[in-house]
Amino acid sequence: MTQEFVLETRGLTKEFRGFTAVDDVNLKVREGHIHALIGPNGAGKTTVFNLLTKFLPPTRGEILYRGKPITGMRANDIARLGLVRSFQISAVFAHMTALENVRVALQRRLGTSFHFWKSERSLEPLNDQALALLDQVGLKDYADVLTVEMPYGRKRALEVATTLALDPAVMLLDEPTQGMGAEDVDRIVELIRRVSEGRTVLMVEHNLSVVSRLCDRITVLARGSILAEGDYAAVSTDPRVREAYMGSEAGETEEAGA
Amino acid sequence: MTATTQTLSPSMKRRRRARQRRGALYLALLAIGLVAPFVAYPVFLMKILCFALFACAFNLLLGYAGLLSFGHAAFLATGGYVTGYLLSSHPALTPETGILAGTLASLGLGLVFGALAIRRQGIYFAMVTLALAQMVFFFYIQAPFTGGEDGLHGVPRGQLFGLIDLSSNLAMYYFVFAVFVLGFALIQRTVHSPFGQVLKAIRENEPRAVSLGYNVDAYKLVAFVISAGLAGLAGSTKTVVFQLASLTDAHWHMSGEVILMTLLGGVGTLFGPLVGAGLVVSLQTQLAQSPLGNWVSVILGAIFVICVLSFRSGIVGEIQKIVRKNFK
Repeated sequence: MTQEFVLETRGLTKEFRGFTAVDDVNLKVREGHIHALIGPNGAGKTTVFNLLTKFLPPTRGEILYRGKPITGMRANDIARLGLVRSFQISAVFAHMTALENVRVALQRRLGTSFHFWKSERSLEPLNDQALALLDQVGLKDYADVLTVEMPYGRKRALEVATTLALDPAVMLLDEPTQGMGAEDVDRIVELIRRVSEGRTVLMVEHNLSVVSRLCDRITVLARGSILAEGDYAAVSTDPRVREAYMGSEAGETEEAGA
Repeated sequence: MTATTQTLSPSMKRRRRARQRRGALYLALLAIGLVAPFVAYPVFLMKILCFALFACAFNLLLGYAGLLSFGHAAFLATGGYVTGYLLSSHPALTPETGILAGTLASLGLGLVFGALAIRRQGIYFAMVTLALAQMVFFFYIQAPFTGGEDGLHGVPRGQLFGLIDLSSNLAMYYFVFAVFVLGFALIQRTVHSPFGQVLKAIRENEPRAVSLGYNVDAYKLVAFVISAGLAGLAGSTKTVVFQLASLTDAHWHMSGEVILMTLLGGVGTLFGPLVGAGLVVSLQTQLAQSPLGNWVSVILGAIFVICVLSFRSGIVGEIQKIVRKNFK
């Protein structure tokens, strides 16, 4: 097995009581790519994400990370391997400061996370690194702000910083621009482009302009199975894809609605 | 290094000031605790301290791990019975050995309860803990060493370390106070530790904590075991104070009462359970002596309803809000 593909699924299937949400998906994500997973609502994109990160057990099929099967592993162990996901709804720790959000991701490395007898001041050596990460996503000034008080777009940026703190080999982003205004979208696109250097990114995205600007390769899902795959030019001209989207630029209209 | 100290300096200063204020508060409370038995009846104070420790232990779980246990009476009772039985049947044992044994027994029981309940979430977690605690309750009714419905009476207070006679209420009080301070310090440290940070993250957003690589069940289990052990410590100490271990402590009413104390005082605040326990115990004592004696449960219930409806973050929680708003 070559290491050309960092993440691969074989015959990945998920059934919920007779309803097949994901049907025999063979996905191959190439090392270093920004790979998009698109498709109309209910196509099974988020389910694929949950399967890949073991938040859901697959009914059938195999998941390989760098050629090794990871199908039976637990969600937190997947993260330790270097596959770190984000969530559709901005996943931050609301009643912690931005700095603490990032630091809680960094602190696992110290190996003291079970030490209930140590002072939390023992975490302060991580502050510099946490600040640097916040700086990278333009949040340095928010370091001491409680996350619950931050604007939505900033929360998503914070989520990226927290994910980056784990220095993941593969970032899985679930609709990173969902519910954002145009300005925030541009900022996040820039951010993803910047942080994807030296990493692989797999993202679910509705906004087709984001996909066209960012992604090296696109997989289109419809009704749980792969409909088409290729670069933006190939996929966007594919008649089956156009039909699945019912001729509408689904991404744009949904964006306006959200 | 210097650059960061400069950029962080306002927030660090603020934090240092907050630490200093907290330190002053702790010192003041310590002083109050030391002179209190000369002002109020020591046995009454000891009752408050025992329940306060119980409530603090419970609060560690609900307030800082987001886990609602409805079976904490089992740990209070287990500590009490084990200590009571050992001290009654082995007169040579010193009280601190008995208390240690009771605490360890609750710790062990907490490990079993936790391992069984932690996989469930929310209301299901509460139900599992309640069911397990009920099993423990019926076990204590049947078991020969607990004295069944009568309970264990006349548990000797004995001599602390074989040196200090605890039959004096004043000596007993200072021992209980020391136990409470130790338990409280452990909780305060746990909350403000690297472990506490992860616990907070889990409470705030569990899936996210998983995606950061944390095995959340293991963290919850550790918190559960610490909480159970401290609840056992409270029960053991209480048994030595009152020389009594009874089924009241094992009954689910007790699990409810500790929820009431914690919510009333302020869940997720360090001092909330202390205030809540003080209030509930005082009310119970005062009302029991008044013509309203039979109405204790009704009155406490009404207070609980008012608390949930109008000051949901509890007494200490509301005070903190006011302080934060006005003195920032």
